[in-house]
Amino acid sequence: MTTERPSRIGVLAIQGDYAAHAAAFARLGVATEPVKTVSELAQVDSLVLPGGESTAMLRLLRRDGLDAALREFVHARPVLATCAGCILLAREVCHPHQESFAALDISIERNAYGRQNESAIVPVETTLPGGPMEAVFIRAPRILKTGPSVKTLATRDGFPVLVREGKILAATFHPELSDDQRVHELFLEMIRES
Amino acid sequence: MSEMNENHTSTGLRLKIGLAEMLKGGVIMDVMNVEQARIAEEAGAVAVMALERVPAMIRAEGGVARMASPKLIKEIMAAVTIPVMAKARIGHFAEAQVLQQLGVDFIDESEVLTPADEAHHIDKHAFTTPFVCGARNLGEALRRIAEGAAMIRTKGEAGTGDVVHAVQHMRQITKELRQLTVAREEELYHLAKEHGAPYELVRMVARTCKLPVPNFSAGGIATPADAALMMQLGAETVFVGSGIFMKERATPLDVENDAKEREEAVSRARAIVTATTHFNDAKVVAEASEQVTGTMKGLAAAAIEERDQLQTRGW
Repeated sequence: MTTERPSRIGVLAIQGDYAAHAAAFARLGVATEPVKTVSELAQVDSLVLPGGESTAMLRLLRRDGLDAALREFVHARPVLATCAGCILLAREVCHPHQESFAALDISIERNAYGRQNESAIVPVETTLPGGPMEAVFIRAPRILKTGPSVKTLATRDGFPVLVREGKILAATFHPELSDDQRVHELFLEMIRES
Repeated sequence: MSEMNENHTSTGLRLKIGLAEMLKGGVIMDVMNVEQARIAEEAGAVAVMALERVPAMIRAEGGVARMASPKLIKEIMAAVTIPVMAKARIGHFAEAQVLQQLGVDFIDESEVLTPADEAHHIDKHAFTTPFVCGARNLGEALRRIAEGAAMIRTKGEAGTGDVVHAVQHMRQITKELRQLTVAREEELYHLAKEHGAPYELVRMVARTCKLPVPNFSAGGIATPADAALMMQLGAETVFVGSGIFMKERATPLDVENDAKEREEAVSRARAIVTATTHFNDAKVVAEASEQVTGTMKGLAAAAIEERDQLQTRGW
């Protein structure tokens, strides 16, 4: 039996649907901490990068060294990233090109399905137990290429929409806006493993 | 399933509210040209509102204010990667149909434009594109939600740079929400009548103590401290109109040709974005406020006759 303090999950709360992620973990009986600063990031063991606008997040990270601290964090600790968060982690971002943390070996295209009128809720094929998963796509990006160490866990029309590489779990859709809790449950399992 | 049916299902509404969720904790900026839209995106805006005239100019110039020209809206949509919103007149469903056809990401059925219908708002369930609507109190907010709005914003008094009415409307909505939560079950029927809102929605918010859609704030927010104020009062995102790109009440900064005026707009835009994210950290809001060079002069909302107020439009 260990006497270590329980693992703390942070949710990057500078912009986006961070409250929806906190609520998704709360439904699983797990508390999370909002992270807006370097000192708050230092208090957590794993992190969620939520959906939102990746350009706005990049601008807000450029303050007080949060971008450098986050870059180090995402290369070392368990991270769950959805939509804009997935874009921040990608090795390469196109349409248009923008900077990223290059912690996840994927190429990703922003707003690849079109604008809001093309947003959709569709069932996607997944290798996770339990069969097809409801996936909420909102102005979603598309993963164009994955590196050899990236495992694809779900696909839409043949393109990966849920991937895992080491301690990173990333989705181009929004499991936090769905009743299907498998992605958040898998992330909790990854935290326990690490 | 036909497109019409799709919009009436919970799936359609979930997608609309989903986009509103993505815009939380951010700033939505009014822009009148491509250069302003680019400045807004670079400064960290989560979305832009494409307009031909910001409310301060509409107020000063008068005349009928209508939907912006499709040409301008398309130019702005092509220039930035963040969501683009545009305004339709209250009740003008044909303008909204045009905006949906253009592919804007959100339609604002707005009291800032001249109303097209004195009794009816747009049936927003009939659209795929999500709508945001203004409200001054809980009843107005719930009526708009019943009509299909996926986001509510306080109306405030647009084009003034005076935050007083945005504060009043946000406090009114949150106060009325709290009052519902302590009402007895049988009192809710009467409260629904008093608020002029559907009983089912009144009962829902009485249980959750929050609106079923995101609640943003607009109307007179001009400085980083204004944004921090509204966020602390419960706004989930702020709209900023004349506060960024205007110098005098009816004159925009020349961001296309004057480097110094462009820099002024950039400094204001960045400062408001920073203050909105760090709204509960006075040290950061102080730093952001210090970075701002120049602020719109503004117009005291109390000096506006009631018949000249924009917020009284909508029913």
